[in-house]
Amino acid sequence: MAAPTTVRAPRAALVPGRTPLRIGPVSTVVRLRAAAVVVVGLVVVVLALAVNLGLGEYPISVPDVLAVLLGGGNGGQRLVVLDLRLPRSLTGALVGAALAVSGAITQSIARNPLASPDIIGLTAGATVGAVLVIVFAGAGGAVGGATAAVGIPVAALLGGLLTAALIYGLAWRRGLQGFRLVLVGVGVNAMLVALIQWMLVVTGVYQAARAYVWLNGSLNGRGWEHVWPVAVALAVLVPAALVLAHVLGALQYGDDTARGLGIRVDRSRSVLLLVAVCLASVAAAAAGPIAFVALVAPQIAQRLTGIARPPITGSLVVGAVLTVVADILARTALGGTELPVGIVTAVIGAPYLLFLLARHRRRSRG
Amino acid sequence: MTTWTTPAAGEHIGAADRDPGAVRLRADDVRLAYGEHVVIDGLDLDVVNGTVTAVIGPNGCGKSTLLRAMGRLLKPTGGQVLLDGKRIDRTPTKEVAKILGMLPQSPLAPEGLTVADLVARGRHPHQAWYRQWSGDDEDAVATALEWTGIADLAERPVDELSGGQRQRAWISMALAQGTDLLLLDEPTTYLDLAHQVEVLELVRRLHREAGRTVVMVLHDLNLAARYSDRLVAMRAGRIVASGDPSDVVTEALLAEVFGLDARVIPDPVSGTPMVVPIGVHSSSG
Repeated sequence: MAAPTTVRAPRAALVPGRTPLRIGPVSTVVRLRAAAVVVVGLVVVVLALAVNLGLGEYPISVPDVLAVLLGGGNGGQRLVVLDLRLPRSLTGALVGAALAVSGAITQSIARNPLASPDIIGLTAGATVGAVLVIVFAGAGGAVGGATAAVGIPVAALLGGLLTAALIYGLAWRRGLQGFRLVLVGVGVNAMLVALIQWMLVVTGVYQAARAYVWLNGSLNGRGWEHVWPVAVALAVLVPAALVLAHVLGALQYGDDTARGLGIRVDRSRSVLLLVAVCLASVAAAAAGPIAFVALVAPQIAQRLTGIARPPITGSLVVGAVLTVVADILARTALGGTELPVGIVTAVIGAPYLLFLLARHRRRSRG
Repeated sequence: MTTWTTPAAGEHIGAADRDPGAVRLRADDVRLAYGEHVVIDGLDLDVVNGTVTAVIGPNGCGKSTLLRAMGRLLKPTGGQVLLDGKRIDRTPTKEVAKILGMLPQSPLAPEGLTVADLVARGRHPHQAWYRQWSGDDEDAVATALEWTGIADLAERPVDELSGGQRQRAWISMALAQGTDLLLLDEPTTYLDLAHQVEVLELVRRLHREAGRTVVMVLHDLNLAARYSDRLVAMRAGRIVASGDPSDVVTEALLAEVFGLDARVIPDPVSGTPMVVPIGVHSSSG
């Protein structure tokens, strides 16, 4: 008989609602609803991408688009789908995913659904950096080539990081309180928006017009050079966020509880904020500050999964769905005229923001 | 590594293998301040293995501040806190969290969180990002839920519970953490008397049957005297008296610490001192 003590008979979950999944040293809780949201969400993303890729002067049916994506289709279809249209749609999906994960992190850190990067000024900080490059680096001519491909993401990242440091510094008072972070962030956001307006006023008409389209969050004319930075950022930062999600869960409790559980609260929060800022900045650099996705997607994902905080993977998928669907609407709503995708997300997101504020007020009264 | 097995048997390891007289937690000449405001200066306190210590004192006397410092939530600006003889601020915080559990005053839980998920969070110090629900975690949480009598509430959201149930859920979380030291900051706040007694009975069982060493801040003197082995009375950042409840709760001390004019008689149920207030000294205004 070989050591019977090491064998544990399979048994029902001891704790209701927390069915274990254990493989070797790896263990987690099975959350079927959350897993279903991710799987269904991914299917919807692919279908929405297929619809979006079929749209245009040379319409292609969804089955044909899917065939092309799986390696089939004729030469013309392949050219249109893969070379001309895919970068734009893919940028949309990736940017939406990045924004949503960023929002899930900041909302969890602040324990406040309003604390998303577009509300607390992180996106605006990244935008200041990017607009600075668009408006001034061209020095009279159009910004293009290396300046645009490298300069805009780097400037956006710097802008985002500086803003994050500023907000965190101003909001920190022997600990971080969510509402204080939101208030400080809203103030900083207003200042940054004013700064952007000023830059648009002092620059030439041509640069201002370019910046303006970008400012509304546009996916128009996105090429592979826009896809790669976001894709790389997601490939690095999403796994980081998933590793940190365990700590993020504990940060949801008060600071004292989290410290009592052995978490280095300020350090963990700074690292998580860094991940969130990088995601938001890279997304803004690729497509402009697409409004409200970072605010809305994590909250939708939280409600769909039934988990007590914005989930990382769920938010990622919902953010991608939201942005691609918004892009489809932006391209079709006004017939021939394409809207910047940011206008559509704003039309969806603004009422939701009002709802959140109303709900917040009711709760703080009650 | 669950340090206690079944609720009924009350078997435990961890605390039991230590010298019963050992000092587990020591505040050594600590000075505690929030910014410029010094709350406590030059205070010493020893917490002995296998005891229940209750800290009492008027509002603002620094009792919660002291507890936060003993639980390394507040760093002393002078002196040191020693956990098992080692400086607590130089021990990795996750290691501390395996020895010492802390229940803050009015803790916050995320909206919609279930009781099971709350209690499971107590396992954090034993987990890693890839190991979030081991067999040990599951055993410890199931036992903690049963111990605190909330197993049937496991799937309910914490925010729907009554005050007493919620407090038991939080204690259950601290219990699941599997530490043999527990610091409880006013665990009975906002509870009605029946629920206060319920929570303190639970604390007593944790001590007697599961071998936990407990330090708690309490408001109610009679309950503090009844449910502790050792009372520490504080006033204005200093320890005025400490020791056996019957030695500490005296009419003279109540006058000195609380400015309270009172009679002290033996509690007819437990024999511990019982305070019968008469009035407040006019000088304490």
